[in-house]
Amino acid sequence: MAGKKKLPLSGNTAIAYAAKAADVDVISAYPITPQTTIVEKLAEFVANGELNAEVIHVESEHSALSAAVGASAAGARVFTASSSQGIALMYEIMFIASSMRLPIVMAMATRALSAPINIWNDHGDFMAASDTGWVMMMAHTNQEAHDDVILAYKIAEHPDVLLPVITAIDGYFMSHTIEPVEPIEREEALKFIPKKVTWRVLDPDNPVTMGPLGTPEWYYEFKRQQHEAMKKAREVFDEATKEFEKTFGRNYEPVEYFMMDDAEYALVAMGSVAGNVKAYIVREARKRGIKLGLIRVKLFRPFPAEEIAEVISNLKAVGVIDRALAFGSSYGGPLYGDTLSAAYIRGIDTPIVNFVAGLGGRPVTFHDIKTMVDATLALDGKTRKDVPKEPYFIGVRE
Amino acid sequence: MSTKPKIPTIWDIPREELFAPGHRMCQGCGAAILMRHITKALGKDAIIVEATGCVEVTTTVYPQTAWKHPWLHIAFENAAAGASGVEAAIKALKRKGVIPKDKKVKVVAIGGDGGTFDIGLQALSGMLERGHNVLYIVYDNEAYMNTGIQRSGATPYKAWTTTTPVGKVWRGEWRPKKDIMGIVLAHRVPYAATVNPAYITDLYMKVRKAVEIEGPTFIHAFSPCTPGWRIDPALTVTVARLAVQTGVWINYEVENGEFRVTTPVSRRKPVRDYLKLQGRFRHLTEEEIAEIQRMVDEEVERINRLVGKTVIGPVVK
Repeated sequence: MAGKKKLPLSGNTAIAYAAKAADVDVISAYPITPQTTIVEKLAEFVANGELNAEVIHVESEHSALSAAVGASAAGARVFTASSSQGIALMYEIMFIASSMRLPIVMAMATRALSAPINIWNDHGDFMAASDTGWVMMMAHTNQEAHDDVILAYKIAEHPDVLLPVITAIDGYFMSHTIEPVEPIEREEALKFIPKKVTWRVLDPDNPVTMGPLGTPEWYYEFKRQQHEAMKKAREVFDEATKEFEKTFGRNYEPVEYFMMDDAEYALVAMGSVAGNVKAYIVREARKRGIKLGLIRVKLFRPFPAEEIAEVISNLKAVGVIDRALAFGSSYGGPLYGDTLSAAYIRGIDTPIVNFVAGLGGRPVTFHDIKTMVDATLALDGKTRKDVPKEPYFIGVRE
Repeated sequence: MSTKPKIPTIWDIPREELFAPGHRMCQGCGAAILMRHITKALGKDAIIVEATGCVEVTTTVYPQTAWKHPWLHIAFENAAAGASGVEAAIKALKRKGVIPKDKKVKVVAIGGDGGTFDIGLQALSGMLERGHNVLYIVYDNEAYMNTGIQRSGATPYKAWTTTTPVGKVWRGEWRPKKDIMGIVLAHRVPYAATVNPAYITDLYMKVRKAVEIEGPTFIHAFSPCTPGWRIDPALTVTVARLAVQTGVWINYEVENGEFRVTTPVSRRKPVRDYLKLQGRFRHLTEEEIAEIQRMVDEEVERINRLVGKTVIGPVVK
């Protein structure tokens, strides 16, 4: 593995390289900032003959995903990508893609949702997709963004899963930031994810009806099966990442633990902000003797509740950083909601506090992380009853 | 130049049924007649992508299906987009040698007037403009019948619907029907045609032609709706035929820009004959019927001008 050529790639370009390596057959996408350069790069690959695929220049994201559903139903390996309003416009079809059990892979460069219109990064779009039945991953390096696309096809096309997968990166912070990436070549990618149609397809020689009407007599059973498929996705994720490590030498877990071995406190985070937290832990917290670690959630759906609850159970206090808001909810941020539930139903008493930060591209600074760490440390010796019932809104003008 | 195949007779229509009985469509449903004969004309080598609507909900009640073709339904507004994806997949997989290059597969999208004129118009325009090798068929029953007779962009002038009711202020729909053929033809498609379930051989010939022609093709099908139009289920074909005989509906085709009326009508019947069989027009006054007659006369005149001679004649009482 070592000594392989690395290329300076943006997060978006790294994703495009992976879709090329996966030898996708159909690309159906609509431009939207900050995702656009993914499909630009893929169009360039097709234009140069480096990738043999049909590009559908759809007239909207709604049609992008609809065409992706059609192409997948016809037996093609399909790729699409979007952000923010594009995800919102796809929303209707996202449920249909997962319910029809089609292994579509969609890259998401996360971006705030309107209004006010804002092209900068937060997780509003990603979290809005969290109940659509898609497997959801979020990377925090460009290498991981690249590898996630390959992993995504491995999980999506597994006959026990057959669910669409979202591989997300933070808009701009990752989509437009260059890091060294070791691209997976087509041959090795296709050994890991062979082109094999594992799902039912539209074929005049073997006709099937797809997308029928499900009456109250049948609908519920479809949904129950989706729930089981999502559980299977977790098993397949674990198998796939193990095989990935053996093949490519890079290890991914549903949850990344950073300096957690001796940690007494932790922050839970997703995406690029995890990088800032890591830097803070090394450069500040640990130097001051604070035993702080990071729990980075990579796999968001299915949510790795077991692992997170277990690691939290040994800690004195935990802070969860949310880059989105669940308006009017009983908790505040969506990642906090999942973390709380994971801990509560396992009877864990560790105080867990919520921080909402970095909405609409507001930078999450070292100073902000210090504020969050201090508030977490303040819960030392307290129980969950003492946790503030409202999230801390970090870095906002009140 | 337009190709002039042998005009088919009823004996040319295949006996084999590709649209199974036992579905839940209404007695006398115009769309049921259309689907039966469209599938016969398509033959086996087709993939059908259907928009949400009457035909979709009544023919695929899980675990049963009326379709002997591979058939896909995604949602209401995206049959054209879904069909674009199916067609692109077949193209890519043929090029990559996954599907044999000589395997014949025609992709056909079917939608109602709501799913085509209104909510699906954007996806349709995209599909036509990108040049997908897809035949799009709209069965036009002139309102949202699946949800219970609400007006659509295809609802004709003065028709009663549940959202354009007849009251002290309103007199049914007050806007004319959207010109979907005009919109489609503005995309410069190689073939577009209108068909009517009372003229099955004409329908058969046009669907065959639309399948053979490479590129996006379009068929606008007249589809009487017995509950929505308030007509006797025994009179579906009668009403459909009267639509042609009165000039309310004109069977024509446009092949590479060349316009041809396929069902000439030498002597037209008055529109009253068509309107009077339908409960949705029962509120019309003499003045209102005369106004509709004038609108039909104008359209007939426009068509005759396009053809360059009188193919649809005057009203003869």
